[in-house]
Amino acid sequence: MTQHNNQQAQRKAAMAVLAHAEAGEIAARLRALALPAHQDLRAPENGLVMLRGRVGGDGAPFNLGEATVSRAAVRLASGEVGFGYTLGRDGDKARLIALCDALVQSSDFGAAVEREIIAPLREQLMVRRKQAAAETAATKVDFYTMVRGEG
Amino acid sequence: MYVAVKGGERAIENAHRLLANARRGDQGVPELTLDQISEQLGLAVDRVMSEGSLYDRELAALAIKQARGDLIEAIFLVRAFRATLPRFGASEPVDSGAMRVQRRVSSTFKDIPGGQILGPTFDYTHRLLDPSLAEGFVPETPATAEASTAPTPRVTDILGRDGLIESSPQAEDGAGVGDLTREPLNFPADRDLRLQNLARGDEGFLLAMGYSTQRGYGRNHPFAGEIRFGEVEVEFAAEDVGFAVPLGSIELTECQMVNQFKGSATEAPCFTRGYGLAFGQSERKTMSMALVDRALRARELGEEALAPAQDEEFVMSHSDNVQATGFVEHLKLPHYVDFQSELGLLRKLRQEFSEAFAKANAPDAMKEAAE
Repeated sequence: MTQHNNQQAQRKAAMAVLAHAEAGEIAARLRALALPAHQDLRAPENGLVMLRGRVGGDGAPFNLGEATVSRAAVRLASGEVGFGYTLGRDGDKARLIALCDALVQSSDFGAAVEREIIAPLREQLMVRRKQAAAETAATKVDFYTMVRGEG
Repeated sequence: MYVAVKGGERAIENAHRLLANARRGDQGVPELTLDQISEQLGLAVDRVMSEGSLYDRELAALAIKQARGDLIEAIFLVRAFRATLPRFGASEPVDSGAMRVQRRVSSTFKDIPGGQILGPTFDYTHRLLDPSLAEGFVPETPATAEASTAPTPRVTDILGRDGLIESSPQAEDGAGVGDLTREPLNFPADRDLRLQNLARGDEGFLLAMGYSTQRGYGRNHPFAGEIRFGEVEVEFAAEDVGFAVPLGSIELTECQMVNQFKGSATEAPCFTRGYGLAFGQSERKTMSMALVDRALRARELGEEALAPAQDEEFVMSHSDNVQATGFVEHLKLPHYVDFQSELGLLRKLRQEFSEAFAKANAPDAMKEAAE
């Protein structure tokens, strides 16, 4: 069970990185691997997900509005089934995420995918976020009290 | 009354051809790309996503281009597109408390944990036209500073700890989430439906309604407790996968209005709240939404509801600009038969009038009257 939960956490962490990457970046990194045989279990499909917020930020949920989402599923010849979901309408990206998700679950490829694809993309994402955070931080207000001129 | 009218096909076809040319404008001027619209007219894209009720920057940019910059027309196009796609389901509710904040201000506390962060804002600009932007402007690279890793809790959470503000209503067990795109609207409507309606409502309409509450039509003494804008992660519990799948992130603006306190014999007085949430950087929209949300709680809070902004049927029935423009603009479509029947009636009434008038003023009648 713990192993199952571990793998689930690992898959989710990989998806959280892949969803932020461009299809081209994922494809370019996948070229570094000798990919096993695989096939589409579900061809990429575009649809909608209703995005929800919460009343007051932390209360009961409400429907805010929809977003476009693309999804796909891929099966490796060795049997692992991967799923790809991403905001937007890029079916190729959904398929690439599904392929990565299948590879993450494979004992032969799991480590290589993490090393060659997920880790560098995560690094890239962190650099982007850090830069944005630094630019934001420069707009933080420093209040100071005016010193009264005396004497 | 509508009747099928044949004819005009050629005129319509040529009008659309002319429209395509007018949209393109002078072909000596470079064509706009969707990236240019998305990057340089970003707030227009945000508005079209919010009121089109569809988060997709590229589609919103395309809609703006196709609509020649007419944002209500663009919103209409986005709504129509949305109807062509299947719905996979609903996301997990996003956590605005975990937002990667790009802007966050409070007008109630100077020293909020996490600080006052101005971000990219028009506030404090002088509103003077800048001729240097006309062409070839290259902005300075943004300043940077060490980012704090401290959390930025919602201001309402801080007030809530001391019980100074009402807590957010929680979902009742097993209660569904109302969806006005699926079920017809009935009144009275619950807060989930009201917020959905306001979130996709016209910014101008909500601005006017919110403004009216400030001017005394349903006043509720607001403070902008907090406005925050930034990125939140979205997760979707996909049945086939078996866990909540990360979909990526979206940009949101959230406004928490802190309002007039209430109290009763059994409850200590505390501040009440109005809430606004919208796609993208939509500050005016979310502030207006929060004012109107609070005004619409009049019934729930036992307030006298006399102002338009407190009348949920009035507000919710008129907030949608696609519905509104449909009904207003349909007046320009052919109403020939309607008008013919009105014209026929009017002619008859005028005939009757002139006959009666002539009779009343005939020499005989005058003579009779004199007698």
